[in-house]
Amino acid sequence: MREIDVKIVKEAVKRLFLKANFYLDNKVKDKIKESLKKERSQLAKDILRTILKNAELAKNKMKPICQDTGSALVFMEIGQDIHFTNGFVKDAVNDGMREAYFEGYLRKSIVQDPVFERKNTMDNSPAIIYEKIVPGDKLKIIVAPKGGGAENMGEVRMLKPADGLEGVKQFILERIKKSSGNPCPPIIVGVGIGGNFDYSAYLSKIALLRPIDEFNENPKWAKFEKEMLIEINKLDVGPQGLGGKTTALKVAVETYPCHIASLPVAINLQCHAHRHAEEII
Amino acid sequence: MEIKITLPLTDEILHKLKMGDKVLLSGTIYTARDAAHKRFLEDNKNEVKLPFNPKNQIIYYVGPSPTKPGDVIGSSGPTTSYRMDSFACEFMQMGLKGMIGKGPRNSEVKECIKKFGAVYFVAIGGAAVVISESIVKSEIIAYEDLQSEAVRKLEVKDFPCYVAIDTEGNDIFDR
Repeated sequence: MREIDVKIVKEAVKRLFLKANFYLDNKVKDKIKESLKKERSQLAKDILRTILKNAELAKNKMKPICQDTGSALVFMEIGQDIHFTNGFVKDAVNDGMREAYFEGYLRKSIVQDPVFERKNTMDNSPAIIYEKIVPGDKLKIIVAPKGGGAENMGEVRMLKPADGLEGVKQFILERIKKSSGNPCPPIIVGVGIGGNFDYSAYLSKIALLRPIDEFNENPKWAKFEKEMLIEINKLDVGPQGLGGKTTALKVAVETYPCHIASLPVAINLQCHAHRHAEEII
Repeated sequence: MEIKITLPLTDEILHKLKMGDKVLLSGTIYTARDAAHKRFLEDNKNEVKLPFNPKNQIIYYVGPSPTKPGDVIGSSGPTTSYRMDSFACEFMQMGLKGMIGKGPRNSEVKECIKKFGAVYFVAIGGAAVVISESIVKSEIIAYEDLQSEAVRKLEVKDFPCYVAIDTEGNDIFDR
């Protein structure tokens, strides 16, 4: 058994939220540069160049890439041999997040009751925490500030098994076309297939955490991801929905076994400010 | 081509703007998001003094991040416009001539844009630091309790955006 003081968790969460909000992933920058070479529309090129300029300015000025510094998502892979000491680990996660949002001048975007008062909690709490038990004694923490504009364009559909791959494909294309400029394209498309109603949504979110240059381990799904990216970029949604070849930078699919009667499919979209950071303790 | 515009908007300027034009705005604009729109219209109904007179003005849909010491304003990119669709026509009836946001508008808003000779601009979502560089002055003028959603009066210099729906109702999202 390994003991981990929750203070260490708190400090890590704080560091990660600051990092994720100020520094755009280099792999995302490379993808945008690659897309810039393929674009023909002057408007699309202008937008992609501005996004790259924005990333530089954010880094140099230590200002958040986007004003919507999001819901605070925290993914924890907890080794089963870990024992947390000196407090409750989820409180430590929230404390670390709060400190990052205050000290980093990040926007507090959470309201307490989703319908009635809609009163701001003033400190961006509570974080949305996903925990997973894994073998070993290591703790992996991934944080992902998730903006509202892209999150609002997500959808879960319970397809019929007979709809098959074509049904999944049509659902994805329809969703992205309808989303237009709302999720701030170029986007990253997370697709969760299988499990059940809510698990498919979880899978679609997990899919967004995969490094942008990696594909599904199953060659059939990896092929599907590559084909879907080409299809999506033919839709002419383009950067910010104003037209062009760069609608998505990446499609990531995660799957799970499901019931004989079901084919749950969830789509979760991520804007070009693909913010995430991780540490292993 | 980039078109430099000094605000306020006049009918002459508005009718020259065409879908797809890149414009750089200089002058005064106001900020408001969902909550502020709702309260503004309630205040108007109840004949309470309004934060500003919308006549010939532009509303920028934005909720900036907090301002760091020494800065004019925090990161300030546009928020998604469709959430303001149900309020937009009433503002245009009151004389509003421009809106800045991101993403498409519904057919009702488009009709009002044509009817009232207004323009819908889009700014680049996520280019929040670049945009904040064009804001030279920022002042909260109403609804301070709404925090990032409070109404602000901004002075901008060469604020970058694009014409998405022009006075004739041509819409860049219709493709």
